[in-house]
Amino acid sequence: MNPTPLLQVTDLQVAFSQEKIEVQAVRGASLTIYPGQTVAIVGESGSGKSTTAHAIIGLLPGTGRVTGGSILFDGQEIANADKKKILAVRGSEIGLVPQDPMSNLNPLIRVGKQIAEALEVNGVATGKEADRRVVELLEEAGLPDAARRAQQYPHEFSGGMRQRALIAMGLAARPKLLIADEPTSALDVTVQKQILDHLDRLTDELGVAVLLITHDLGLAAERADHLVVMYKGQVVESGPALEILQDRLDDYSKRLIASAPSLASQRLLAQNRTHIREAAQEVAEETADEVAAAGSEFGRGKETIIEVKNLTKVFTIPGGAPWDKNEFTAVDDISFKLRRGTTMAIVGESGSGKSTVANMVLDLLKPTSGVVEFDGVDVSTLKGKHQQLAFRRQMQPVFQNPYASLDPQYSIFRSVEEPLRTHAIGSKSEREAKVRELLDKVSLPWSVARRYPSELSGGQRQRVAVARALALEPEAVILDEAVSALDVLVQAQILKLLADLQAELGLSYLFITHDLAVVRQIADEVLVMEKGKMVERGSVDSVFVNPEQEYTRRLLDAIPGGTIELSS
Amino acid sequence: MPESPIALPGQERFVAAVEETPLADTGSFDDTGSPENQWQEAWKQLRSNWLFWVSAAILSVVTIVVCFPQLFTDIDPTYADLSRSLDGPSKGHIAGFDKQGYDVFARTIYGARASVLVGLFATLVVTLPGVLLGAFAGFYGGITDTLVSRIADIFFAIPLLLGALVGISVINNLWPNRGYWASIFTVVFALAAFGWPQVVRIARGSVLEVKNLEFVNAARAIGKTRRANLWGHVVPNSMSAVIVLATVSLGVYIVAEATLSFLGLGLPPGVVSWGNDLAAAQVQVRSGIRLGVMFWPATALAITSLGFILLGDAISDALDSKSRNRE
Repeated sequence: MNPTPLLQVTDLQVAFSQEKIEVQAVRGASLTIYPGQTVAIVGESGSGKSTTAHAIIGLLPGTGRVTGGSILFDGQEIANADKKKILAVRGSEIGLVPQDPMSNLNPLIRVGKQIAEALEVNGVATGKEADRRVVELLEEAGLPDAARRAQQYPHEFSGGMRQRALIAMGLAARPKLLIADEPTSALDVTVQKQILDHLDRLTDELGVAVLLITHDLGLAAERADHLVVMYKGQVVESGPALEILQDRLDDYSKRLIASAPSLASQRLLAQNRTHIREAAQEVAEETADEVAAAGSEFGRGKETIIEVKNLTKVFTIPGGAPWDKNEFTAVDDISFKLRRGTTMAIVGESGSGKSTVANMVLDLLKPTSGVVEFDGVDVSTLKGKHQQLAFRRQMQPVFQNPYASLDPQYSIFRSVEEPLRTHAIGSKSEREAKVRELLDKVSLPWSVARRYPSELSGGQRQRVAVARALALEPEAVILDEAVSALDVLVQAQILKLLADLQAELGLSYLFITHDLAVVRQIADEVLVMEKGKMVERGSVDSVFVNPEQEYTRRLLDAIPGGTIELSS
Repeated sequence: MPESPIALPGQERFVAAVEETPLADTGSFDDTGSPENQWQEAWKQLRSNWLFWVSAAILSVVTIVVCFPQLFTDIDPTYADLSRSLDGPSKGHIAGFDKQGYDVFARTIYGARASVLVGLFATLVVTLPGVLLGAFAGFYGGITDTLVSRIADIFFAIPLLLGALVGISVINNLWPNRGYWASIFTVVFALAAFGWPQVVRIARGSVLEVKNLEFVNAARAIGKTRRANLWGHVVPNSMSAVIVLATVSLGVYIVAEATLSFLGLGLPPGVVSWGNDLAAAQVQVRSGIRLGVMFWPATALAITSLGFILLGDAISDALDSKSRNRE
């Protein structure tokens, strides 16, 4: 006997009208959820996954509306249903855990009161009873000391605690279906794991069905029974999670699985990495010899290109009174060596001080104490414009945010040419030829040169940023979360590009990231940071296989989908 | 992960045919049309806005009136015929005469020049140093910031009109009977002296925001000097707010000039300006006879300042939608 579906979406069409033009955001999406099941919609940004979820709960933003198809919930048609019907379903039958825990709680109202509101609106409980229920719900969501917490304001909560409060709110009226829209993408991995584990347990106990919206295939596969893969508004593949992962038919899903670092990095050939490293080291040594022969200030260090000794950065932050100053140690006694032609990853959660290290290595921020040596020369002793420029030429950054790392008023050509111009390299036509070559290296057509950043996608902008960083033919590149803001497919492309360039040009990378799964793909050595301090350092293989520290182990465990076996 | 060996109805394995899905190359981009930078996009946005076309129509008429007043009337605005004092509209004199026997229409047309010039010069004189100081304060911070900001605060605390009134009275005492241009520039500098702090604040705020963006850091890392960064990246990207402010200020300063003249301390009575005409028409408002004498310059003033304020609004919308679309 088959149970009846709880939610049945058939051929759903959603469009947004923009100045009289209709833009299709979802075209013909279908999915089915049975009571108590967990179903995940997986897709990149712009795939229509959130729009589908919002259409189900009748919360399409702005000009969006359902233009076709049906949404049957518990046997009732709720697509384009009247307001009363939707209100009866929303909250009490279908709960929602929104994406951003920072902006989805009203900062002026106590957390408990906001959850009580959800109870009252849905007619579950009122007054004193509601207050009591709130405490129970918060406890259930895994918030310790719930009675006291309910009396606090959102700013007194951490991100993870807020997300728990939102889960409590979503489950307040005991809905039959809970829609969780990227519930943990704003949180650090270790917190993410705790919250998802808890959500799993809770929905199992209560028999609530969950519709999980996520961009992370690994996470979806780990949590859901049934997967729906969306791309540009269409369902490109759906089916049982295991079946999709192990027997991939669709081109897109195949690419998605190959790209997802958490799943692929298991299988990514170690020899491949070794190969890249060997090629890179060889080229790098030649370059170093050339530089040394040319009598430059640099090129003395040979084996080690960047050496950081006891680096510490202390920020003074305002205390309780204007004359009070508190000290905050962002980076505490960090030392490491980056060998020529290799990649060193610095991993840490937000606030661990990893970007501060990058800025100090780049000499964009002065360390409080400690030394950064580049090619055997203490960076802080560089004097005069000439030496400064010579140093800048050897070390270049690529930053995180592809939307902010290029000047919006500069054409792509001008952005890539800027370093050459600043260093007065070549004539006008030589510079043009060089820009052409650089764009070619990062696989962008020459025709982008006349475009402006706002006309390119995030991945393309990041390619431009890489091209610009390579313009001066540096020996070391600092990649500060350079792939974190990109969708998995694009991320995989950029990672591959970086690896290819490393082998070809003998580059040394300092790779700053919060994503351990990515580290495995690109790095040779890894340094784990927590709250400004170094936790563990070693080769990627040894740290991943035998983490010595509890913190590293927790980080590794938290990689979503890390344990799923893939057929090769 | 839970096992689900047999798929339930509606959850069978489904794979879309590749031809039916938009699995295009992720690296592609739209290479049709000419490249557009931020300003070109803003211009496109501006052109699609009705507000812009209304304000553009108003301001083009105003510009023609300012440059070629003789196209609209051949009556001399400084020719007084006391015998026709307060006469109503008649053939060739559609707005009639004021108390002195001047033609009201001719004076309204010729008055545009002084009023608009004061607005234009005051805006220029305020904006250039304001942007410069604001940019230095925001970019370099520290003692530069403290000095500039505190001095700006002091001037900001003095009401614009009150300060300008006092300033002009002092100059009037020291240097009476100035010529046309000297009179205009007295008003310009009096207004500018108390108007610049606002530009400094806006410019400083924008620069503070832009200077920490990643492309500025990236430019530092390629070895660009701080000064080259300031003028090459930071200032051009901080201009939106200043442009909006400047456009709106034009309207505001035109009104401020009229207010000063109305109070008898703006342009000297010899200069044909809307403010002076309004001052002269005060008597009519009190007696209630021939309100038309005040109606014409007042309407011209209102429409002109409205034109600039609408334009400021339209520009602000165009530049804002740019920043909204960025993500």
